[in-house]
Amino acid sequence: MTATATTVKISAFTRFVAMLSPGARVAAVVLLLLLAAALLAPWIAPYGENEIVGEFWESFSARSWLGTDQLGRDLLTRLIYGAQNTFLIAGTATLLSFTMGGFLGFIAAVSGGAVDSLLSRLNDMMMAIPTLIFALVILSVMPSSLIVLILVMGVLDSTRVFRLSRAVAVDIAVFDFVEAARLRGERTFWIISREILPNALSPLFAEFGLRFAFAVLFLSTLSFLGLGIQPPEADWGNMVRDNRDGIIYGIPAALIPAAAIAMLTISINLIVDSVISRTSSLKGGRDA
Amino acid sequence: MTAEQNILRVNQLQISATEQVSGQPSRRIVIVEDISFDLKRGQVLGLIGESGAGKSTIGLASMAYGRGGCEITGGEVWLDGIDVLKATPAEVSKLRGVTVAYVAQSAAASFNPAHRLGEQVIEAALQHGLMGRAEAAEFAIDLFNRLGLPHPEDFGNRYPHQVSGGQLQRAMTAMAMCCRPQLIVFDEPTTALDVTTQISVLASIKQVIRESNTAALYITHDLAVVAQIADEIMVLRNGRMIEHGSTDQIINHPRDEYTRSLVSTHASEWAEAGDSDHEPVLVASNITAAYDKTNLVLQDVSVELHAGQTLSIVGESGSGKSTLARVITGLLPPLEGDVSLHGKLLPPKLKHRNKEQLRVMQMIYQMPDVAMNPRHTVSTIIGRPLEFYFGISGDERRSKVIDLLRKIELGEEFYDRYPAELSGGQKQRVCIARALAANPELIICDEVTSALDSLVADGILNLLMELQEESNVAYLFITHDLATVRAISDTIAVMYQGRLVRYGKKSTVLEPPYDDYTELLLSSVPAMEIGWLERVLESRGELSN
Repeated sequence: MTATATTVKISAFTRFVAMLSPGARVAAVVLLLLLAAALLAPWIAPYGENEIVGEFWESFSARSWLGTDQLGRDLLTRLIYGAQNTFLIAGTATLLSFTMGGFLGFIAAVSGGAVDSLLSRLNDMMMAIPTLIFALVILSVMPSSLIVLILVMGVLDSTRVFRLSRAVAVDIAVFDFVEAARLRGERTFWIISREILPNALSPLFAEFGLRFAFAVLFLSTLSFLGLGIQPPEADWGNMVRDNRDGIIYGIPAALIPAAAIAMLTISINLIVDSVISRTSSLKGGRDA
Repeated sequence: MTAEQNILRVNQLQISATEQVSGQPSRRIVIVEDISFDLKRGQVLGLIGESGAGKSTIGLASMAYGRGGCEITGGEVWLDGIDVLKATPAEVSKLRGVTVAYVAQSAAASFNPAHRLGEQVIEAALQHGLMGRAEAAEFAIDLFNRLGLPHPEDFGNRYPHQVSGGQLQRAMTAMAMCCRPQLIVFDEPTTALDVTTQISVLASIKQVIRESNTAALYITHDLAVVAQIADEIMVLRNGRMIEHGSTDQIINHPRDEYTRSLVSTHASEWAEAGDSDHEPVLVASNITAAYDKTNLVLQDVSVELHAGQTLSIVGESGSGKSTLARVITGLLPPLEGDVSLHGKLLPPKLKHRNKEQLRVMQMIYQMPDVAMNPRHTVSTIIGRPLEFYFGISGDERRSKVIDLLRKIELGEEFYDRYPAELSGGQKQRVCIARALAANPELIICDEVTSALDSLVADGILNLLMELQEESNVAYLFITHDLATVRAISDTIAVMYQGRLVRYGKKSTVLEPPYDDYTELLLSSVPAMEIGWLERVLESRGELSN
């Protein structure tokens, strides 16, 4: 039983890899490396997260490969620990936004009528407020904690997911197989989870990658403005902010975390693009 | 035998397609092989075959076009003395539209909804610089007139959505004729039309072909239609030529086994059931329904259906037959009237009906492709009603699903397949099994055979009738196909513009004297004989005179 389960998983994995374009394969390796760095941070980081190892803004050296930051902490170490925060917060927030936005979007599409109008107008109302300003207001009023940060990011992002999942589900809900399920007497939840969701997965998966990239950027923005991760904890966004003054003096310390953000978002986009281009149709079956 | 005499000369044509399976290198498969024919001025060749026979592919290849990964890999195509496979793209583009024109199956999808019809009809002529705008517009009006379109002077000012499907198909013929082409390729031009509309479009097409003396390739799956219009017929199957001969020879003296089966489809007919003393399974009385409360789609329709019998609802598109099914299933609560099952009133709304009321009434759809979730396996599709209505799961469910698969003449090997891995007929069989799984007393069949090839459709009808004998299930059979109605019905309801115009036992409904509409409907069904079209038009002309 276990053996068959593993073979199924392996063949699914090889099919997934075969589906990716060469660029996306490189991106997948980069993403896996970053993920490994985040997971194994305490073991692979050369120094402690807040350990001061030398002078501020030291250049690249054998002691600290990427130099030091504005307080003399090792940049590589901070990058590795920052990846932890970035993945955890952006990942959880995106998961939250997909669970919430996706579920509500499907309910709106399947129920239609008054339920759809109510949910859609509420969503429009949320979307009418500029996201960043909304987040700034809430985060400066609420106590600063990881949970509040994740909740705010997730809820704000779920409005976009709601729109997409509703649009995708509306297209699927008109098919006869959904009508057949209704005629059978199936409950809304069954229709959503068994009839709609499997057919909506590929566009939603593609969107998941994009929204994750946006969440990373949004978290960086919030941290840069001082409302995201609080010092001394490392995060790529606040590393850019803390080191930006160095640029004036020709010190590249701010560019290194910025490059990490760019690398992460570009990698995700490459993978997502490749997946979208291969699974955009509703043909079903084994290969779709 | 020079190229000049023939407008089109196809010699040993071979067309291949590239098959792409993800994770594997792409493969070349030959889909059309060894097709040769000549077409002279004024001659019409009918290409006939089931879906997948390669008839459209050959039609497009004669315009030097390969769609969706198809490529011409062998043979020659000479069009008006030019070898189109060796021609430059500029030459080919000049040929298309000027020398050869194309009339597609779905005119509604072929016109741009944002532009007026007149503009689109003359576009090619202007593009190729054949005529000035004024001259082209005048010619278009002449064509509209010859095609029997209403108000020819004003017709070009309308938008596609403002005219009917039949008129749109004729407008598309006008568009093809506008450059005075030497050859027109008609690809199933009347397939999407109602029979009563089809007959006038056929007559128009036949007349303009004869008047303008162009050559034509007429592609269709309906042998009776092509018999009215073609001089010669080529029968195709799986990309190979089966038989090629004069229309008379193919229709009256088919040589090949396959051609004979095409000529003689719908041979089986089931006898009508006697009167039933039992209470009817389903009674729909005085149903009036509308989607927007102002335009009534159904007016005062009453039908009843007995166990083990088949009631056919027949009518053109827009006659309200599918709406009646929606009212009966509870998807559309009626404005007036009610539906009762075994003498008990059914709640008008679907969500107020209980599980048992839902179980006894099952539905089979027109398009099996979209009636099954593409992400579910056959076992889930058939097994879900068993689980849902009877709580059967595990091994018992598996054995019941396999029983059902045997009943629909598919084996256990289909258990784990996905819908994408089934043929059209197999898909429809799985849909039938899904309906049977609920052990229903009534199955609503909404145009269940109209998306299938005639031989496959016959198989489905046979299966449905066998199942009826076995389980005494009643069918409410919605269709526009009178041959099917004749074959399987016990009772027939003819609908026109939301009303019942004729209702009763098959033997009375299909026997004269007819009402006007039923007469029109019955006489519009193409008969498999040469000269049928002229005879019908003549007799109608006499009637109107």
